[in-house]
Amino acid sequence: MEFAELIKTPRADNAVLHRPFHPAVEGTLCLTGHHLIFSSRRRDNVEELWLLHSNIDSIEKRFVGSLGTIVIKCKDLRIIQLDIPGMEECLNIASSIEALSTLDSVTLMYPFFYRPMFEIVEDGWCAFLPDEEFELLSSVTDEWRLSCVNKDFSVCPSYPPVVIVPKSIDDEALQKVAMFRHGGRFPVLSYYHKKNSMVMMRSSQPLTGTNGRRCKEDEKLINATLRPGKRGYIIDTRSLNVAQQARAKGGGFEQEVCYPQWRRIHKCIDRFNILQESLIKLVEACNDQSHNMDRWLSKLEASNWLTHIKEILTAACLAAQCIDREGASVLVHGTEGTDSTLQVTSLAQIILDPRCRTIRGFESLIVREWLQGGHPFQQRCAQSAYSNSKQKWEAPVFLLFLDCVWQILHQFPCSFEFNEHFLVTLFEHAYASQFGTFLGNNENERCKLKLSQKTMSLWSWVNQPEELNNFKNPLFEANSLVIWPSVAPQSLQLWEGVFLRWNRPSKFRDEAREEMNKIIDYNRLLQEKVNSMRKRLAQLETRDRVQENL
Amino acid sequence: VENVRLVDRLSSRKASVGTLYLTATHVIFVENSSETRKETWVLHSQISSIEKQATTATGCPLLIRCKNFQVIQLVIPQERDCHDVYISLIRLARPVKYEELYCFSFNPKLDKEEREKGWKLVDLNEEYNRMGVPNNYWQISDVNRDYGVCDSYPMEVYVPKSATAHIIVGSSKFRSRRRFPALSYYCKDNNASICRSSQPLSGFSARCLEDEQMLQAIRKANPGSDFLYVVDTRPKLNAMANRAAGKGYENEDNYSNIKFQFIGIENIHVMRSSLQKMLEVCEMKSPSMSDFLWGLENSGWLKHIKAIMDAGIFIAKAVAEEGVSVLVHCSDGWDRTAQVCSVASLLLDPHYRTMKGFMVLIEKDWVSFGHKFNHRYGNLDGDPKEISPVIDQFIECVWQLMEQFPCAFEFNERFLIHIQHHIYSCQFGNFLCNSQKERRELKVQERTYSLWAHLWKNRADYLNPLYRSEHSQTRGTLHPQMAPCNFLYKFWSGMYNRFEKGLHPRQSVIDYLMAVKEETQQLEEELIVLEERLANLQKLQLNGNKVKSKQQDRSKELVLSASNNSIANTPQEYSIDLKSFPSRSPSQGDEEDSALILTQDNLKSSDPDLSANSDQESGVEDLSCRSPSGGGCLPSEDSGKDSDEAVCLAV
Repeated sequence: MEFAELIKTPRADNAVLHRPFHPAVEGTLCLTGHHLIFSSRRRDNVEELWLLHSNIDSIEKRFVGSLGTIVIKCKDLRIIQLDIPGMEECLNIASSIEALSTLDSVTLMYPFFYRPMFEIVEDGWCAFLPDEEFELLSSVTDEWRLSCVNKDFSVCPSYPPVVIVPKSIDDEALQKVAMFRHGGRFPVLSYYHKKNSMVMMRSSQPLTGTNGRRCKEDEKLINATLRPGKRGYIIDTRSLNVAQQARAKGGGFEQEVCYPQWRRIHKCIDRFNILQESLIKLVEACNDQSHNMDRWLSKLEASNWLTHIKEILTAACLAAQCIDREGASVLVHGTEGTDSTLQVTSLAQIILDPRCRTIRGFESLIVREWLQGGHPFQQRCAQSAYSNSKQKWEAPVFLLFLDCVWQILHQFPCSFEFNEHFLVTLFEHAYASQFGTFLGNNENERCKLKLSQKTMSLWSWVNQPEELNNFKNPLFEANSLVIWPSVAPQSLQLWEGVFLRWNRPSKFRDEAREEMNKIIDYNRLLQEKVNSMRKRLAQLETRDRVQENL
Repeated sequence: VENVRLVDRLSSRKASVGTLYLTATHVIFVENSSETRKETWVLHSQISSIEKQATTATGCPLLIRCKNFQVIQLVIPQERDCHDVYISLIRLARPVKYEELYCFSFNPKLDKEEREKGWKLVDLNEEYNRMGVPNNYWQISDVNRDYGVCDSYPMEVYVPKSATAHIIVGSSKFRSRRRFPALSYYCKDNNASICRSSQPLSGFSARCLEDEQMLQAIRKANPGSDFLYVVDTRPKLNAMANRAAGKGYENEDNYSNIKFQFIGIENIHVMRSSLQKMLEVCEMKSPSMSDFLWGLENSGWLKHIKAIMDAGIFIAKAVAEEGVSVLVHCSDGWDRTAQVCSVASLLLDPHYRTMKGFMVLIEKDWVSFGHKFNHRYGNLDGDPKEISPVIDQFIECVWQLMEQFPCAFEFNERFLIHIQHHIYSCQFGNFLCNSQKERRELKVQERTYSLWAHLWKNRADYLNPLYRSEHSQTRGTLHPQMAPCNFLYKFWSGMYNRFEKGLHPRQSVIDYLMAVKEETQQLEEELIVLEERLANLQKLQLNGNKVKSKQQDRSKELVLSASNNSIANTPQEYSIDLKSFPSRSPSQGDEEDSALILTQDNLKSSDPDLSANSDQESGVEDLSCRSPSGGGCLPSEDSGKDSDEAVCLAV
């Protein structure tokens, strides 16, 4: 096994683990192919810390005499410190961790080795199939069809094999449209609003170039989604400037002349390294132990994280507003249509569609919009806030989306079936996981990796009844309405559950949550009791009456 | 005045037309809209400033800012009417005699006995007894009987037993406004105490034997400790500047066994302008995130809140962990000292985190020790430089703590907000005047009602559903973290943007839980009834002809009430682009025309209160009303060049 070669020192005794808000503990450190394990045995209780190597974002070492210290910074933003006696051991361990946490072959990742200890009730790989989604859609409209034009990923490598398109557009036309759209991402259905049968579609930018190329099929396709006499909105997630510049590189945007029934709105959402920088700065601010309030606020401001949140939410609200309030169909795209586009379309669905606020519906949303939608998880989530690699393709796009969901959840605490913990869990698994769900950059890659056969799906684990309980929001009461969040700065908050998670004692919050559960559980218990009591009474009473009548 | 428009500050599109009334005590705006007749009442005493702005085509705008952070913008059609309203309000908002205040005319229809009972709800003697004084070390001193020594102190003051009248009087002469060191909080468990005073008149070298003896006596009242902390809550620079005026701070060389400590909390003037700056940020129309955060930082408000909290944490630590007594002062010892002593008490003693205990705390550290409510909160017309949000800051400190320790307080945010409101409202007599002496002279207790009784009567509304008296968070001292990354100080929109409901979470966890708890209680009751009936039935068995009671539907109603909190779902202005569509219609001729379209638009623009029950309906309504003005949803005419169009859109 090649892992053994990488592990120079598999074990170190008398290591000391330091974590914020926990007393230091002494114990044994072990390295395995995929985990760093620290265990301490103190008289009565055994404490163990298991850390996936793939969760490690960066590692630093320093020495004081022969005592070595390793500081491990994780992708879930936690920082731990290990004191290891012996210079050589420490160096060996540090270099092993470094090597193991930066394996470049996907098939060496833990999901390919992980064997679940639980019984699989429902295979998550088959839980959210496009056919089921289409069946739901066909029950309300017959204007759409499933197209298998991409079945071998040749038309669009980042699309799934099956997509939903207007019925009136045949596969041949789709192929032509794909040639006219960046990366072949032709417009597909993202969401159908039952209330007024308006739709949201997503795509990538049209390849108009500087000489204003046009594509009749493309125009026909997106016009096919309009009601007669109605108009639609194109939400471009780039600023007008950026969109215009894209023309020089062969990209562009829908010209008014060619798409007279569409009104274009530019809502700038930042991308790539700007977002990554923002995350790095924010996390740095959150780890600054200084007592200075001005410094904290100015660092928070300078990180621009909340500005991004506001931009994304605003664009999503706008899309939702066009659909629900203006009664118009919407097409969303940016450049590639794999990042900000998905943020907007998925958040708009959370606002509009109560189903997306349930656990299962939210999972389905992530599968549809993010996984099948071709968000390049492996590239985007390769590193997190502590990495120095600064690759262009790394960006916390998905984390920003989760943060936006949290903001809405915070404003509508009773309208979501899931709780904050569910969102935090998804964040963790997107960056490092024993499950194969977030591996690969699109369905094409996932198929090639045979993930559904070789790895376990996150949903198989999450959807077990006993696990689901941890993710349920006790305050949930189904709310069938559209929910309009506020995007005013006063209403947006720092997501403490992720960014300050390791920097504040969680005890008081946990206790509050427990208390909340207690109140609601007790209420449910009483309700059941009263109901069964009523039933018994009713039975007794009718029996008496029957006896009387006899 | 009729046909006045009340403008919604957040979105200029929303305005309601109605009639404005001025009464002796209130400004009242009643909406014309026949279904709702929504009323807005504002007490004159809440008005902090009135601004008449330049007349526009639609009328004369009048901006009323309130002390409870409500901002009302009215447009009055006639300039003359506007001026009259302006002049009257200026006079009405600045009463010159206490008798003009609302509390002297407010009558909640309680008889004399109930009123007296209300005033007795909070009893400070009882409170000191609860703390464990008088005892071997502390006693009540009658030295301030008839306010002879210090007119801003209460009549009854607790001092160390070993401090003779001579020492007290001597010490008082060496302290600003004669505010000698007196007991604020006593910790039974370890005899450590928090005392308070004003600054010593030490100048550069003056000494006072009695004052030194007084501090000595305080230290000795805590036999477990061999020194005493003296905490000066001012920035060192300010304290030093005071020395030039013959005031200053204790010299460690002159006082035996004291440890002297500065904690830089700024003075009332800095705080006043800080709040002003923060409110400007709150009032910004659609600020960007950076504008907001930068403005918040620039106002310094949270920095000041943190300074007060840090001082409280320091003192609580000294008392609880080190077992050392602390003497706290600032300049006069009635602003910062009150803030810091009460924050420390709150951290130390769970009793103050209960509803009753919190009332007692305000009564003890603020009311009885002569916090100048009248001057600070501008109840009567006075020097604007005396106004400062001192107690507001304390109240915010409590809120920040509540956010960090969600189970530790018996009361909820609403309780704090209502107390803040009534500190300014002058509807109750508690916070009148500047001292106990003035209140006695005015016979406040005989002529007005007590806020505490009013709050206590409605206590069900103010309960924190997460609070349980046996919970670990409700016991012992609270130990908050100090760095902002460990203790997140947040902007309190529930207070400062209190009236902009659109900014707040649309569903309240607290309200939901309270409804659940209420239902639980009723279920418990029903369970008992059912159990009884079941037992009876089983006992009798014979004639079960007892008809089912109507109780069946009861819990159903309750479930409904619990779910009622899906409030108003209406979009706010996410994009200026979208909103500008209707007014960009072909008919965009002269000014007036488009203004008209705008107002039409305003009227049906889904008001939160209107669309409360059915989102669907309001959506449809929205659409149908839009078409006549714009002739279809999207005006297309003006699409010239691409870039041009986009610029228009972004305007």
